[in-house]
Amino acid sequence: MKDHNYLDIDFRDISANHLDRRDFIRLAGGGIFIFMIIGHFPSLLAQREGRFNPHSLPTDFNAFLRIGENGRVSLFTGKIEMGQGVITSLAQMLADELDVTFNSVDMVMGDTNLCPWDMGTFGSMSTRFFGPPLREAAAEGRQVLIELASEYLKSPADQLMTKDGIVYKRLNKKQYVTYGQLAKGKAIGRHATGKVPLKTPDQFKIMGKSFLRHDSFVKVTGEAKYAGDIRLPGMLYAAILRPPAHDAKRTSLDLSDAKKFDGVQVIDDGDLVAVLHPLPDVAEKALSKVKVTYDIPDSNLNDKTIFDYLLKVAPEGETVAVTGNQQRGEKDSVKIIEKTYLDGYKAHAPIEPHTATAHVEGDKITVWPSSQTPFPAKEQVAEALGFKLENVHIISPFVGGGFGGKSRNLQVIEAARLSKLAGKPVQVAWTRAEEFFHDSFRPAAVVKIKSGIDKTGKLSFWDYHVYFAGSRGATEFYSIPNSITVSHSTGRGEKSPHPFAVGAWRAPGNNTNTFARESQIEIMASEAGIDPYEFRMMNLTDQKMKRVLKAAADKFGWKPAKGPSGRGFGIACGIDAGTSVATIAEVEVNKQTGEIRVKRVVAAQDMGLAVNPEGATIQMEGCITMGLGYALEEDIRFKGEKILDLNFDTYDIPRFSWVPKIETVILDAKNDPPQGGGEPAIVTMGGAIANAVFDAVGARVLQMPITAERVREAMKQG
Amino acid sequence: MKELIKFNLNGKPVEITTDSDRLLLWVIRTDLGLTGTKYGCGESLCGACTVIVDNEAVRSCQTTLKDVENRSVITIEGLAVDGQPNILQKAFMDHDALQCGYCTPGMLMNAWAMLKKNPHPTREQIIEEMDDNLCRCGAHKRIIEAVETVSKEMGG
Repeated sequence: MKDHNYLDIDFRDISANHLDRRDFIRLAGGGIFIFMIIGHFPSLLAQREGRFNPHSLPTDFNAFLRIGENGRVSLFTGKIEMGQGVITSLAQMLADELDVTFNSVDMVMGDTNLCPWDMGTFGSMSTRFFGPPLREAAAEGRQVLIELASEYLKSPADQLMTKDGIVYKRLNKKQYVTYGQLAKGKAIGRHATGKVPLKTPDQFKIMGKSFLRHDSFVKVTGEAKYAGDIRLPGMLYAAILRPPAHDAKRTSLDLSDAKKFDGVQVIDDGDLVAVLHPLPDVAEKALSKVKVTYDIPDSNLNDKTIFDYLLKVAPEGETVAVTGNQQRGEKDSVKIIEKTYLDGYKAHAPIEPHTATAHVEGDKITVWPSSQTPFPAKEQVAEALGFKLENVHIISPFVGGGFGGKSRNLQVIEAARLSKLAGKPVQVAWTRAEEFFHDSFRPAAVVKIKSGIDKTGKLSFWDYHVYFAGSRGATEFYSIPNSITVSHSTGRGEKSPHPFAVGAWRAPGNNTNTFARESQIEIMASEAGIDPYEFRMMNLTDQKMKRVLKAAADKFGWKPAKGPSGRGFGIACGIDAGTSVATIAEVEVNKQTGEIRVKRVVAAQDMGLAVNPEGATIQMEGCITMGLGYALEEDIRFKGEKILDLNFDTYDIPRFSWVPKIETVILDAKNDPPQGGGEPAIVTMGGAIANAVFDAVGARVLQMPITAERVREAMKQG
Repeated sequence: MKELIKFNLNGKPVEITTDSDRLLLWVIRTDLGLTGTKYGCGESLCGACTVIVDNEAVRSCQTTLKDVENRSVITIEGLAVDGQPNILQKAFMDHDALQCGYCTPGMLMNAWAMLKKNPHPTREQIIEEMDDNLCRCGAHKRIIEAVETVSKEMGG
């Protein structure tokens, strides 16, 4: 091609991290490549320059797509699939803009040699931030194909049309050329310019329509490969020695009995002691023969004392939002309510524990990890082994659930180190106990709220302090003239007061914040003697939230009554990742035992364009179901830095018998850009259930989880 | 003690010489290379490792090789019929009854064993039989619906 619009592919562009060009050509094959420029997407640029600091990584594009000679389209993205369904929704966006069938799209995800750099898969960002440039690139790709077809069919471009991977002459559909034919023998690339117009919602054929999962066949037949399913010749399985508490100091170590096992390889690398064997169960058995003693420092810190401790060590807060004047607000109030809300540590507890298979060959390494962050993992491995960055290759298999918990990559580094030391491929697959022990828990947190109502029943002031949950979802969205929101540390990083690692947990911070805010709102409503739906409506000016709340109430069949009404109905509203959600729960509470049965949950959300309404609905259902756990039961028990819950016998997660009747509503907002879908509907579950329990029996539980014991206690207090 | 153990796996005879007190889960996944059966908890608490032994759903993380000697074992790889998903697998696909997919093999094996014994379970029976199979993504509602559909379609 001589057209100056086309660039000869410079593979350094694609593999700025020095991937061998011939390798790339071989792996990628020929075809037409479209790169997604991130320069004019400030949100992507901000991500890149934020938390992680990539070294010699591509700087000019975020992903690319390739139209192959066989007519198939490959989307190369650093995102991974962990159940959230972007494997389907991203393919839909691409197929629609490019005018190919959904089934002709192949997804290449989280491969650090083939896919451009990506920060990681979290924060409901794949569709929100990755979607717009992806659509631009696809639109650009379609434009390129039309231009090529114009030459091929000897017809002006404006006389051509595209459909299902074919370019036709508009006036003579017998004259056509397929995308595959156009790509034949080509190796051309083009950067998306952002100048090709995107389809408008009325032109969507695939976006906004429900599609079944792209990956269900391999997942129902057992073919889907997860990190622990990788098998390499000569591979050894690792069983790693773990301390009984995070602060335990090893005082003696005797590996002699473990070494007696036939075929065993024992690694003692200071902080990493492991037994390797070709059979994982034998490795585990040999590890149990290791004689080891520890000193464990005494501690008064536990799941009951933690809250006082957190308040004691809390730093000065940072004001994240402020309006009006608090003193004036207090003066205008006829009733002031001050409450403290507590929330304990929660485990991520994906059913797939952290796993990684690593293969060191000379000064190169390949790792297959269960990780939400393959690109950061690459850097971590390079650093841990002292390898060149370009010699580290991460290949992402399916991830068996993440929920924010698979971003630290500890197991990736363990596998990499062990493979290097053993000189063989090594698989590290954490046991369930290791999974609980090494989790980066959702942090315990405290919220203090003081708020008032004026004589008309309107909220007059709001004074909100959150300690260690973070500010996501902390800022109230009601119309309160005098309002301040202060966040006292996220508790992450070096100054963490927590006895063990904490981190992001599906909608980090927002579950705790929404529980506190929405509980307080219904307390105010009850004090004002106003129906909680009506109370919210009269205190809301956010039209989007009002629409969402009304949609939930309509679906639920809400009838006004002031609480507690004895009916067991509770409302909570929340905003997360750009999506507004309202949830109404119906519960039944056993007055003798305090046991709660959630009978029905209705949730409505406005998420902008729902690219795959079916997928979005599933995410809402998943949020509601998972949310039952933190609301009702889940709480990590610990003593000092020793975790006491190490399996599902004492850490109960939601089961089939817990699942209520679930109804979801997605508001039609296809003209608005897509917002988050994987997290929003979980944030309201704590508040909706707490409020429903209050409505049922008048018991106000201020601490999650809302256990039967706490309900009984609250009933006594009336 | 190493010994020769014979059993039937997905319709084919298998002979393996190894410690007979080793757990079926690891023998299937490692020695026999069928990785569809998953480890989840190691203590029979989550059901990810469920296989069918002589028509009973069992937790392969608590079953020794000796336990299956001369018996018939079916894993997720043995559920399809002539390479096509069976009626239950198809129902899971049609209902999108999975997300991350890691618990899915165990869910399918547990539900299939139930359906073989009781082809028309009620919703309550489905919930009771499936209650010890854990899913963290929250696909429960659709799994129940998928099994209910099969319950309506099954003959017998």
